[in-house]
Amino acid sequence: MKKILASLLAAFALVTGAQAAGGALVLDKFPKERVSDLAALQNGAKLFVNYCLNCHSAAFMRFNRLTDIGLTEQQIKDNLLFPTDKVGEVMKVSLDAKDAKAWFGALPPDLTLVARSRASGSGSGADYLYTYLRTFYRDDTRPTGWNNLTFPNVGMPHALWELQGQRAAKFVDVVDPHDPTKKTHEFEGFEQLTPGTMSPQEYDSAIADLVAYMQWMGEPAQQQRTRIGVGVLIFLAIFFVIAWRLNAAFWKDVK
Amino acid sequence: MAEMKQAPAGASNGEKFMTWVDNRFPATKLWNEHVGEYYAPKNFNFWYFFGSLALLVLVIQIVTGIFLVMNYKPDANLAFASVEYIMRDVPWGWLIRYMHSTGASAFFVVVYLHMYRGLIYGSYRTPRELVWIFGCLIFLALMAEAFMGYLLPWGQMSFWGAQVIINLFAAVPFIGPDLAILIRGDFVVGDATLNRFFSLHVIAVPLVLLGLVVAHIIALHEVGSNNPDGVEIKQGPKDAKGKPLDGIPFHPYYSVHDLLGVVGFLIVFTAVIFFAPEMGGYFLERPNFIPADPFQTPAHIAPVWYFTPFYSMLRATTDLMVNVLAIIIALGAVLNLIKGQGKSKVVGVVIAAVVIALLKTFEAKFWGVAVMGGAVVILVGLPWLDKSPVKSIRYRPSWHKLVYGVFVINFVILGYLGVQPPSPTGEMVSQVGTLIYFGFFVLMPWWSQLGTFKPVPDRVTFKPH
Amino acid sequence: MSNQPVDQSRRTWVTMACAAGGVGGVATAIPFVSTFQPSERAKAAGAAVEADISALKPGEMMTVEWRGKPVWILKRTPEQVAALKSIDPQLADPDSERKPAELTPEYCRNTQRSIKDDVLVAVGICTHLGCSPSSKFQSGPQASLPDDWPGGFLCPCHGSTFDLAGRVFKNKPAPDNLEIPPHMYLSDTKLLIGEDKKA
Repeated sequence: MKKILASLLAAFALVTGAQAAGGALVLDKFPKERVSDLAALQNGAKLFVNYCLNCHSAAFMRFNRLTDIGLTEQQIKDNLLFPTDKVGEVMKVSLDAKDAKAWFGALPPDLTLVARSRASGSGSGADYLYTYLRTFYRDDTRPTGWNNLTFPNVGMPHALWELQGQRAAKFVDVVDPHDPTKKTHEFEGFEQLTPGTMSPQEYDSAIADLVAYMQWMGEPAQQQRTRIGVGVLIFLAIFFVIAWRLNAAFWKDVK
Repeated sequence: MAEMKQAPAGASNGEKFMTWVDNRFPATKLWNEHVGEYYAPKNFNFWYFFGSLALLVLVIQIVTGIFLVMNYKPDANLAFASVEYIMRDVPWGWLIRYMHSTGASAFFVVVYLHMYRGLIYGSYRTPRELVWIFGCLIFLALMAEAFMGYLLPWGQMSFWGAQVIINLFAAVPFIGPDLAILIRGDFVVGDATLNRFFSLHVIAVPLVLLGLVVAHIIALHEVGSNNPDGVEIKQGPKDAKGKPLDGIPFHPYYSVHDLLGVVGFLIVFTAVIFFAPEMGGYFLERPNFIPADPFQTPAHIAPVWYFTPFYSMLRATTDLMVNVLAIIIALGAVLNLIKGQGKSKVVGVVIAAVVIALLKTFEAKFWGVAVMGGAVVILVGLPWLDKSPVKSIRYRPSWHKLVYGVFVINFVILGYLGVQPPSPTGEMVSQVGTLIYFGFFVLMPWWSQLGTFKPVPDRVTFKPH
Repeated sequence: MSNQPVDQSRRTWVTMACAAGGVGGVATAIPFVSTFQPSERAKAAGAAVEADISALKPGEMMTVEWRGKPVWILKRTPEQVAALKSIDPQLADPDSERKPAELTPEYCRNTQRSIKDDVLVAVGICTHLGCSPSSKFQSGPQASLPDDWPGGFLCPCHGSTFDLAGRVFKNKPAPDNLEIPPHMYLSDTKLLIGEDKKA
């Protein structure tokens, strides 16, 4: 028991939370190299289907497109499809819209493009998602019992709580540096209440895989796009030299 | 009726074919007049690339547009999904989409630079006023085209941007609210609006644009191109064939020259398409990755970057600003009374009184729209506002360069402020910026004549290379 | 221009520029032309279709949709199957030798034109101009049909007739037998239409 508590406190020290201080969000940096790691993307796809598709849809993502990240159609059929789905179909949600409104207050948004729409001056969409999914904490004042530092008073419960375990957020009242009569409620750190099935590092890595998948899902052509781009620019560089010499060959005659 | 020309004896098949065509259609004549023997000044510089680039981007937009329309669905329930369908399910659809979205922004970059060239070299002056006017009409048509095209993806920004801008038309006195309903086809932006904007964006305005571009080029070729020195090559010495010594035939010299410009442009264009198609949220705005929701307004609505300088001026026109404008007009009338002659004194006072009365009658919201529209329309007046004895910036007093520099920096600042959410400082800076923008034009008859002008050479300055 | 001596440097660079431009042009055209190919959604919609024939009784026919076309599944009676060979002289292509690659998969190049003797799987579109023939399983004389009519299909548009193996009769507007789509049995009672073991 003491050992568990000790390691939990160490994890607590390691965990960095998003500061919800007045002004722009501070977001953790998502490890970008995961998006080109097929194993990470496949793991992310599995997590997405298991934890997210119960309430969210990904209505523009076709199951058989997952072959782009190295899965075979058989693997998709065996591990990722619900029995009624066909591999050529899109990732619809099983949740009924009316139930969603009753339970959560709003229909959970479609996630196909969330990595693109959540980008901002504070960071990329992937940075946002990576931070968001790691800053849930217990809050009994909320209907779901959960709150989130990155998206205060969010209607979503911590879908991955079994993996991360339950955490509480500690806040302190700090005197406002601009106005000594006021105090600001600042986040100080997380405290692990119950352990999850994953250690903090394992959880962070799992979330990185999941976010990598969502980043890829937002634009499946992205890897192909940059690869072709290199070829195009090389061709154009050569063409530029040709066009430049062609221009010179004619203009040398203009006095 | 003219006699049919015969091909000379021993003519090649190609020559015989062209003789047949030329007897029925002025193909060779058109080629010679506009390309093969169109003599353009030989001293074109970097700024002269942007005309042909604008034509290139127009072609890119039309071709990519044609292919997008093959898969796009102009229905409020289907539009957003059809764009994602193009991005994911249509083979190479993502590339066509990015070309079109990047092309839209590229069009404005190129056109702004093209217009700036006209500004600094006096390309709008006699006898090229019509070239300039057609150009201003093209600019207006382009703004309409971009505005309507932006609604089509039916994202959050599409919907709310359109909602805000169409509501501005409701500010027009008397007819405003009915006008807004007429434009929308409904009480709120919806399927009816989407469908008609689709028709206008795909067919009507492109046809108008093509017609205006043809007119623009014909008007230019009628009088011949200007050049960085502002020297009229047709009035200079001629060679044995009667062609201006300072001119060179467009083909092959400028076809080859423009090809270089095209490749350079394509390098930048493709770099954006393949490596940064969203351009930090400026070319593809982030809220537009969320389907339009009439019940939820995004935190921050802004037009696309190319409209922001004008949007800034719209936002800057508050009640305070209207009062400032009234005072300025009153001062103008007073100045006219002192310095003007005869009847114009009285006319000036009457006009000022009417304008000031109108300013105070209609709400500031309407005047914001008027200011925004006026900022574009005032460009048309340039040929008559510019009273400088010298065409090109090269031979104007050096401090004139500062004036143009201030104008450009001011325009960019207005653009930046237009992207930002409104703020008290921003509002004040925009108001000053609006006055600077209009001041540049309205005071031009006065400042363009000030200072010591440099002697304009008879021949163009050209370094052989 | 043709009187001037050839400027070799100009010519070299013009050639190179045209070559590079040609390559660039083709490379650019390819994505545009490719957008015409069936999209992922079209391919998904065109995927193979399953049909459960457990309830199909001899003499009955069911229709399923595959790639937007009607596919008939007819359970023939033993008498109907036996009679097929005797109709051969009346048929234009009794052994399905015409356009085999398009119309008759290898595993159906037999008299019955099917995998199982009694079950016919055929695309219900007349090979003349694309109308869907009507079922005329009753044998004997009827309107628009000969006195020795053995049972089959009659196309209402221009009067082509097909037998119970989808083979076209002689002297009719339709040139070919009905198309047999690729198909396979997943079990005795489950058909998969659109895919076969080769795919």
